[in-house]
Amino acid sequence: MKATVFFEPGTLPPETERLRAEVREFLAAEEASGGFTPVADSWVSGADPVFSRKLGERGWLGMAVPRKYGGAERTALERFVVIEELLAAGAPVAAHWIADRQIAPALLQHGTEAQKERFLPGIASGRTLFSIGLSEPDSGSDLASVRTKATRTEGGWLVEGTKIWTTGAHIADAVVALVRTGPAGESRHEGLSQMIVTLPDDGVEIRPIRSLDGAHHFNETVFTGAFVPEDMVLGTIGNGWQQVTGELAYERSGPERFLSTALLLRLLAARDDADSRVIGALTARLWTLRQASIAVAVQLSEGAAPDTAAAVVKDLGTRFEREVIDAARATGVRPDLASIDPFTRVLAESVVRAPGSTLRGGTNEILRGIIARALGVR
Amino acid sequence: MNSDLHLLENTASDIFAGYRDRPGLWEEIEDTGLTLVGVPEKAGGSGGDSTEAVIILRAAAYHCAEIPLAETQWLAAPLLAAAGLPVPAGPLTAAEAAHDEVRLTADGDGWVLDGTLPQVPWARQAGRIVVVTDGRLCSVDASHCTFETHHNLAGEPRDDVTFDSVYLTAADVAALPEGPSLRLRAALARTVQLAGAARRALDHSLRYAGERRQFGRPIAAFQAVQQYLAEMAGEVALMDLGAQVAAAALADPRQDSEVAVAAARVNACRAAGVVAELAHQIHGAIGTTHEHDLRRATLRLWSWREEYGNEHAWSTVLGRLTSAASEDPWHLVTAPTT
Ligand SMILES: Cc1cc2nc3c(=O)[nH]c(=O)nc-3n(C[C@H](O)[C@H](O)[C@H](O)COP(=O)(O)OP(=O)(O)OC[C@H]3O[C@@H](n4cnc5c(N)ncnc54)[C@H](O)[C@@H]3O)c2cc1C
Repeated sequence: MKATVFFEPGTLPPETERLRAEVREFLAAEEASGGFTPVADSWVSGADPVFSRKLGERGWLGMAVPRKYGGAERTALERFVVIEELLAAGAPVAAHWIADRQIAPALLQHGTEAQKERFLPGIASGRTLFSIGLSEPDSGSDLASVRTKATRTEGGWLVEGTKIWTTGAHIADAVVALVRTGPAGESRHEGLSQMIVTLPDDGVEIRPIRSLDGAHHFNETVFTGAFVPEDMVLGTIGNGWQQVTGELAYERSGPERFLSTALLLRLLAARDDADSRVIGALTARLWTLRQASIAVAVQLSEGAAPDTAAAVVKDLGTRFEREVIDAARATGVRPDLASIDPFTRVLAESVVRAPGSTLRGGTNEILRGIIARALGVR
Repeated sequence: MNSDLHLLENTASDIFAGYRDRPGLWEEIEDTGLTLVGVPEKAGGSGGDSTEAVIILRAAAYHCAEIPLAETQWLAAPLLAAAGLPVPAGPLTAAEAAHDEVRLTADGDGWVLDGTLPQVPWARQAGRIVVVTDGRLCSVDASHCTFETHHNLAGEPRDDVTFDSVYLTAADVAALPEGPSLRLRAALARTVQLAGAARRALDHSLRYAGERRQFGRPIAAFQAVQQYLAEMAGEVALMDLGAQVAAAALADPRQDSEVAVAAARVNACRAAGVVAELAHQIHGAIGTTHEHDLRRATLRLWSWREEYGNEHAWSTVLGRLTSAASEDPWHLVTAPTT
């Protein structure tokens, strides 16, 4: 068979349009009443726990979580509609983003009954926030090389090591850490496990790391013998690599991978000096990327794991986000983070936050390697 | 580059490198005469040609020196000198008023200046602000102005300056001298600075790619990273070349330097984006932190490419020049330079 990259067209069910209208109405009302200020890159840079709880009250968090765990028991495609509207509006969704996108599905798939009962209701209400501890100072792209170690002790595990770039750990109620529990084996992927470490914890020190724009979302999370009881192991000991990589299609194909600058595009299009040819070209690209993202979402909802297609969405989507910035620069407006003019401020936010988009969740170089492998050339 | 120029470059670099985050830099480079290289000696400058001026400004930009050197050496001092007004010691700045931003009215023997100029670089730090308006050039004592604080992305001061019936004596106002406009000079100065900051981003990237190890080897061993470094190195070299040629053209009174400055500017602004992007890509997450030095170079690249017209604005200028002169692009490209 000829190796190829392929998207199976997917559609959002027509009944999701009602939901979309509700979300738009909510966002318009919230913005008008000062409930939030739209920002660029809002799923990483816009953390507002109060706003997250408002979404929880409306049933827009943990949407695919069963009712018995406090969820809305709706579909992943309904969730898609809600999050794409939130992202395109620049709404501050960072506080709950990781819990809602990644941890809820991981708990549903690998969690024990007790873990689901303990964490899912809080995720669905926006009251329980999560962070993920994968990266370490010496382990970025080469994730399998992580050295944070868990050793057996009476009733559980002792975790030691340093995680870094843990977005939101300073406001999170827990961090899910990827730790070494055994030898790496020949594949280098054995002996890894996921553990839920609730916060605060005497054995966990969270040190802030400021980003280049001065904002604080990163942390260095240092485990100095944190005790993790046996029942806080997520999934199976030794199965961490499979579990983590299983989340990647969710992580990489979502609309956040091409909508980080959607707010800027919308503000640009509303200007008198917008070049309609340029806006048209960007809109065409956005339309196509969104179709690709929907295609992956539909496949995921049917139980497939389209890793290669997800990598394509993230690689091309993050580059599209930068095309928007360059188009906005054609106005000649000087970016200013402190400006009261939304376009000027959002342009500045987009510029200084741009570097992260092609790094987080797997760098674009690593993603292209995955695509090349699927093509059979690696 | 000959050995005198090398020496100048090393001397300037050593001074700028030594003063990171320490006060006193301005005084030292002023004492050594570096701030007025390129300004004629008979006007109180240090003499020297555009090559030397480029070397000094580029070195200051490379070291992210927090002083108004471009504004003093490239804008205010040469304009004051050309207009026959005194060039005072100390940091200076300059701004050209757009239509209606300021009003200069005759008042007896002197003049009165009113209005607000937006985002004037280093205005609060300057002793005098050179204001170009309505065919005249004014040298305004900065202590007579009021300021509203603004910054560019790199945190450099870009205050709005208000003149509230500031009285200027006849000796502070002159006819605008012939020669390159303030905007052209400023676009070129920022182009030279972009070349310096881009070189810093490249040097950081080269070093980091050799040090950072993933998958058991330095990331410089990966072809993707090598390609980025090669692309950056080429762009930085072109930026630098364009800045030098345009600076020589601007300094030559027999030449119309607009084509050269516009071309160098468009190229440098576009390249600034490429270099910043690739430098960050190579650095991974650590490069996006406040603590890492890369930020000082990339924030300047992102700021300076927007000041005095970015590549979009200057492309339009260049495009119009081709049609206005009813010359095809080839004739503009091949017009002789010195
Ligand atoms: C905004 C943001 C949020 C983040 N949030 C989190 C979080 O919440 N939790 C968490 O655990 N981590 C998080 N990260 C970390 C992220 O996962 C890492 O940045 C990413 O995995 C890359 O690792 P690195 O930064 O160490 O770069 P490195 O792996 O050191 O890579 C540096 C450069 O080398 C290239 N490179 C490396 N290996 C190869 C190769 N084999 N072939 C070609 N090129 C290669 C890379 O592509 C990159 O260009 C976040 C990062 C960012 C920017």
